[in-house]
Amino acid sequence: MSNVSEALKIEDWRLTSAEDLKALQKQILSGRDPNRPEIVVCHGTGCLANGSEKVSDALRTALADAGIEAKVMPGIKTTGCQGFCSRGPLVLIRPGGLFYQRVKPKDATEIIEKTLLKGEPVKRLLYKDPASGDTILNEQDIPFYKLQERVVLHNIGKIDPTDIADTIAAGGYQALAKALAGMTAEQVVEHIEQSGLRGRGGAGFPTGRKWRSALKAIETKGRPVYVVVNGDEGDPGAFMDRTIMEGDPHAVLEGLILGAYALGAEKGYMYVRAEYPLAIKHLEVAMVQARELGLLGENILNSGFSFDVRINRGAGAFVCGESTALFTSIEGKPGNPRPKYVRSVEEGLWGRPTILNNVETWANIPLIIGKGPDWYKKLGVPHSTGTKVFSLVGKVNNVGLVEVPMGVPVSAIVEDIGGGVPGGQPFKAVQTGGPSGGCIPYSLKDTAVDFDSLTKAGSMMGSGAMIVMDEGDCVVDVGRYFLRFLEEESCGKCLPCRLGLSRMREILDNFSRGRGSEQDIEDLISLAQAVQDGALCALGSSAPNPVLTTLRYFKDEYLAHVNNQTCPAGVCKELITYTIDPGLCTGCTSCARQCPNNCISGRKKEPHTIDTDQCIRCGICRETCKFDAVRVS
Amino acid sequence: MIDFTINNQKVSAQPGWTVLETARYYGIDIPTLCYHESVKPSGACRLCMVELKEGDWSKLVASCIYPVQEGIDVHTETERVNNVRRWIFEMLLATCPASEEIREMAARYGVVSTQMPVHDPDQNCMVCGLCARVCEEVVGLSAIAVMDRGVHKKIGSPFLRPTDVCVACGCCVSVCPTGAMQSIFDTVRGKPAMEMTQLAV
Amino acid sequence: MSQSVETLDEIVERYPGQPEYLIFMLQDIQSTYGYISEDSMKVVCDYSGVPLTQGYSVATFYQSFRLDPRGEHEVRVCLGTACHLKGGQRIVEEVERRLNVAAGGTTEDLRYTLSTVNCVGACALAPVVVVDEEYLSNMTAKKLEKHLKTLDYDLENETKEHGHV
Repeated sequence: MSNVSEALKIEDWRLTSAEDLKALQKQILSGRDPNRPEIVVCHGTGCLANGSEKVSDALRTALADAGIEAKVMPGIKTTGCQGFCSRGPLVLIRPGGLFYQRVKPKDATEIIEKTLLKGEPVKRLLYKDPASGDTILNEQDIPFYKLQERVVLHNIGKIDPTDIADTIAAGGYQALAKALAGMTAEQVVEHIEQSGLRGRGGAGFPTGRKWRSALKAIETKGRPVYVVVNGDEGDPGAFMDRTIMEGDPHAVLEGLILGAYALGAEKGYMYVRAEYPLAIKHLEVAMVQARELGLLGENILNSGFSFDVRINRGAGAFVCGESTALFTSIEGKPGNPRPKYVRSVEEGLWGRPTILNNVETWANIPLIIGKGPDWYKKLGVPHSTGTKVFSLVGKVNNVGLVEVPMGVPVSAIVEDIGGGVPGGQPFKAVQTGGPSGGCIPYSLKDTAVDFDSLTKAGSMMGSGAMIVMDEGDCVVDVGRYFLRFLEEESCGKCLPCRLGLSRMREILDNFSRGRGSEQDIEDLISLAQAVQDGALCALGSSAPNPVLTTLRYFKDEYLAHVNNQTCPAGVCKELITYTIDPGLCTGCTSCARQCPNNCISGRKKEPHTIDTDQCIRCGICRETCKFDAVRVS
Repeated sequence: MIDFTINNQKVSAQPGWTVLETARYYGIDIPTLCYHESVKPSGACRLCMVELKEGDWSKLVASCIYPVQEGIDVHTETERVNNVRRWIFEMLLATCPASEEIREMAARYGVVSTQMPVHDPDQNCMVCGLCARVCEEVVGLSAIAVMDRGVHKKIGSPFLRPTDVCVACGCCVSVCPTGAMQSIFDTVRGKPAMEMTQLAV
Repeated sequence: MSQSVETLDEIVERYPGQPEYLIFMLQDIQSTYGYISEDSMKVVCDYSGVPLTQGYSVATFYQSFRLDPRGEHEVRVCLGTACHLKGGQRIVEEVERRLNVAAGGTTEDLRYTLSTVNCVGACALAPVVVVDEEYLSNMTAKKLEKHLKTLDYDLENETKEHGHV
């Protein structure tokens, strides 16, 4: 199954030292000709859903048919998410980086015959830059990639995540070997402190300080201690951690082992969302392969240090992303947050000192140990070092996963990398931090994307979801959306969260129907304050943020709902009417046939009309109309 | 002893006490619903929130679970504290309109009515879970528990059917702060109400 | 009957009888049987040494556990933010109407279970619907209905093939 055992004869390779690992890397690389072409097919979740598995199958068949399999090594490589999801399925030809987008299985033969055999590009599969109109050959020249700085994601899209040989060839586990051979646990912690790394899960707590506190707690409480990966990425619109776990599982594992070494932990846990089956599979494969090579388990690299890890599959509860809820879940109970004013580093899993970091944070650790904190600090800005991975979604041209140094302006991500809003208008707002975060309006598009600047603007970094909204998105509707989300996901234990979020949502429901008063807006703010102050855990205390920031920047839009019974964005159903523009309607009847309430009438080839009393405002007619004749007012 | 202040009054507490325990010892009033001295505090009702001040900075904590610390400056009647209390009482009046206990307590803190819509006029359980904690920690049976989550959270026995794990000790009924356990107990026992009331006495 | 009990034992015996494995066992039972029956809940709780209340609390707390049999096909409409902005809610409403079942429920013929999910992390494909294990991208109610029809077709074929058995 895996290439490891065949290519490397793994039974010969129980690694016992840093030198062993280097030798293995050398041997893998020596068996590879860097000039041999390699066909790389993206098997990220986005591309898979768009049929990339069929594309890689077709390429394999075409390759076999052409009888040149030996020339292409190692055949077709499938990788984790390459990021440019809106253009998938993606196929890359290396070396060179020729970039094919929206590839279909029927393109396979042509790719093999033209590109591989004759060295010519298949023009229709190339990326055409919408801004300049230029056709671009190579991945590295496409603005979406060119403007990024892929540090944490450096391996993703290059390696086969299910083959540890690929990881080792790319330098995987070198940081671990370096630490075990020549660094004390104390030095590892010092490196992390000096790097300035802050937690990528949301709040941005300094990772080094967390580790230091855990060491202190161990002084009084002793061991066992635990290291835990928070892979319960639940923010809607976020898929950074998923991509890292799927595309470079060894990076997470190596980071975790380093953390375990620093703390003297013998056991670790990876808590991964159930909705991420591929991530779980790749992590499991990675663990098996790392154990086989002696990089995980008993006596790692013959250093005397032993550590192993178990995966806990989440069972569907957003609140388990909260640290104490995650611990109670690992312990086999409902994921209610713990009512305790004790930090997890002192009393975490099983009441023992525990370091919990999120996936992206762990994936940063090998980079810091491998290349040193001074190298790391050069990335980003002084109080937010390093890079951050964002998922860029919503009303933006280049939907996908991007990595940039901390401190770049919002506009650089949304407009330069993301290509702006479809249609070319400026964006209305960017929502960061998911249900716990807030929004950045267009007027603040120069806000630097780092922990402190985003907080100052009333939002937060969160785990890294960036949801772009345009003028067709209503802030009242978005506020309702997040509240409903959290209402469903609240554990329900404390009253401010269980009752307060429902009440806030009810007030917004009224607004969306044009009911309510300015007094209700004041009540909403006061209740939001009570929820922030009173809730038991971070889910509840941060829940009012989306509403509070939209009230801060878009109060007029709230007032339009309340005072004028209008929804300027044309979203809130009870405040809008659908009509058909008789000048544009061709009488094709397709809307009338689709209307679920049969309230569109008219003769064939004559303009149709909507019975607004009967209309349920589902919007299907507007979606169906090919002539843009259905209007919302 | 640990010395600190509550509402600018000097107080001393035993190590391991919570702010609430200290306040009660000194007769300083802090409202609670889900707290009971016989079980571990759970911090669910949040009525016991107090404000901790430190210079210009302050934060709200649940006094039933906040351990005392030397020199902390605790306040029980600030604007922020009262805002949380008022909203919780208002929401409880709308959620548990059938609970006389809640109505009385809310009135003591000046909340006599609510503008919020009442969805279930017969409801009196606020799902604080005190009954289940007593059943687990004191009685040691875990015949009942908090089921489901979020707005659907409820008290009951597995599969919401009568359970023979329950020995009808009535502890849950006696600790219930809202008077809700009477009727839930019937469901758990599968017995008529009269019989149950006798047992509880 | 006795056979299925054996399988249940086999599932629980994959794990040590400790409370921390309760969720693992329930997950395995769920994926084998599609839901957690009262009997299997009792077996799991006995085996892992927890009161029945804990098993039931766990099973009702986490979204992925079901206490009733599911439909043949599971239709999960994503309502993550990106999907919401691109009309996910409209798809739910439309499918509810067409299948005549509320989200969270199962059709009377036990053919479909309709549910919503808060973000499957495939936001680039919004709106997304996951039918069984298959991710369907850029969905509309109409496209989804078409897809469900192909499932019906498969179902009929299967019945025909196995009809004589």
